[in-house]
Amino acid sequence: MKIIACIKQVPDSEAKVKAEDGKVSWGDAPLVINPFDEYAVEGALQQKEAHNGTVTALCVGPESAKEALKHALAMGADEAVLVSDAALNDLDTVGAAKVLAAAIQKIGGADMVFFGRQTLDNGAGLTPPQTARLLGYPMLGLAGSIKVEGSAVTVERVLEEGRQIMKATLPAVLSVVQSIGEPRYPSFMGIRKASKANIPVWSLADLGISAPAAVVTRSELITPPTNTREVEMIAGETPAEIAEKLADKIIAEKVL
Amino acid sequence: MKTFVYIDHFKGEVQPASWEALGLAKSFGAAIALVFGKSVDAVAKAAVEYGADEVLVADDSSLEDYRAETYASTLAALASSLNPNLILFPTTARTRELAAMSAVDLNTGVLTDLIALEANGDSFVATRPIYEGKLMEKIVCAGKPVMATIRGRAFPKPERVSGKSGTVTKVTAAGEAKSTVEGYSASESAVNLGDAGIIVSGGRGVSNNPALTPPAGMDEKQAEVWRAQQGFALVTELAKLLGGAVGASRAAVDGGYIPYAHQVGQTGKVVAPDLYIACGISGAIQHLVGMRNAKVIVAINKDADAPIFKQARYGVVGDLFQIVPALTEALKKKLGK
Repeated sequence: MKIIACIKQVPDSEAKVKAEDGKVSWGDAPLVINPFDEYAVEGALQQKEAHNGTVTALCVGPESAKEALKHALAMGADEAVLVSDAALNDLDTVGAAKVLAAAIQKIGGADMVFFGRQTLDNGAGLTPPQTARLLGYPMLGLAGSIKVEGSAVTVERVLEEGRQIMKATLPAVLSVVQSIGEPRYPSFMGIRKASKANIPVWSLADLGISAPAAVVTRSELITPPTNTREVEMIAGETPAEIAEKLADKIIAEKVL
Repeated sequence: MKTFVYIDHFKGEVQPASWEALGLAKSFGAAIALVFGKSVDAVAKAAVEYGADEVLVADDSSLEDYRAETYASTLAALASSLNPNLILFPTTARTRELAAMSAVDLNTGVLTDLIALEANGDSFVATRPIYEGKLMEKIVCAGKPVMATIRGRAFPKPERVSGKSGTVTKVTAAGEAKSTVEGYSASESAVNLGDAGIIVSGGRGVSNNPALTPPAGMDEKQAEVWRAQQGFALVTELAKLLGGAVGASRAAVDGGYIPYAHQVGQTGKVVAPDLYIACGISGAIQHLVGMRNAKVIVAINKDADAPIFKQARYGVVGDLFQIVPALTEALKKKLGK
């Protein structure tokens, strides 16, 4: 079972992100593996363990993104590949999908390609289905549980209305959601192995493609105004008195 | 200007933001609704009543269950032959996939989760939150057609005119399915926080009611979950009274108190209801990014220093197990329910 987990590096959730000269700035906040992608790595490792497979972590990003790949290695991935090229600075989602699809083909394809549901930065969630479309693999999105029997894969997709049980033949692209299970912590041995890992870096020339032109581009970046209104604390002698006052306030807001 | 509006439905139940997309399309010019599925006449009729100038219906057994591949091929074929300027979708689990895949086929791009969309000559400028809502970006799509998914409740919903008649045209399905749908489990997790006007959420605090004695024979963890479920019953009762949805913090979800589909915040849902009542939620940044755009936030927490109060419009420092039921009672009385 050949498994690829696609990951991205993003600023940590605690980062104070703001617009600076039309660019996104996160100060000196650390860059981390996209939290949704930790679930992708976890899902990939579960299948590796169940079916005696190998997991390759794949990332498109700057040299610094090796740290995110090292996190995946420390969790238990067998190999890691970084695609990095100065020409890749303005990728949109479909551009990222084109680069990932080319890298997956260079790896030699896979039985299962895992993604997180979306990224923390862009948050569009388009890249997984676009990669599936480009590869011609079935897309099993938002999988909360995964079962592989022979070449058949069955997933429970978590939708707004409940769960949809879907079956396809491998190879397939899967995006996973949180019910797949908490991502495991990197083990001590895993961290040691990851710190020594020599992660290959592929350029666009290595992939045999040119930089995809961005179809979607940003024209403006805005820092939204922060909440400056003071909180109004509601107090009283008894819960009933507090509730009475609070109910009046809520009704006066005309949001019911 | 010609706009396609994809009406997203699950077994005939339409995602309300589909109608909001239809209203937005009308503001640009002609709005052509697309309805895919099997036996979907009622959805097509509703599309006419909500103002579609024309409805294209792909009614085919291959489209009975939503599958990304066949739906995307059907949509791409229609767009290729009819050349709309714009294709609008509500933002849902299905439409993210559908828009993404058909954009690959049509060699164009998708603008997702929009809170504003303005026509600019032949093109469009879209506004959307990024970095968990910490920033907003304006984006443009150089491809044709422009594809865009709109955030629920960000655009006005058009009036429905019952009995209105209009043109409904049958179109053919396209594409080959790459998967089969084996069934559904309409579990307790069926919850749509994105469309909820009111959300009442519970956090770790809902498990901390010392007044409760768990049934005998439970270990510590079972007792904690049992306590939390009693707490969530209070949260649910308030949500029900207000016609709202039940949300949860990550701590509550990780604790096994409630299914993860209820989670608000990072790795959960980003929501912007009119009213958000946070019960026993301390307000970690991962939660705040998911709900801080709510119009009115009410926080109930026993810790006066909890960060949630910095985000709230109204705060109560107190025992949620007393305050929440008292609030339910007070609102029930005042609203005459």
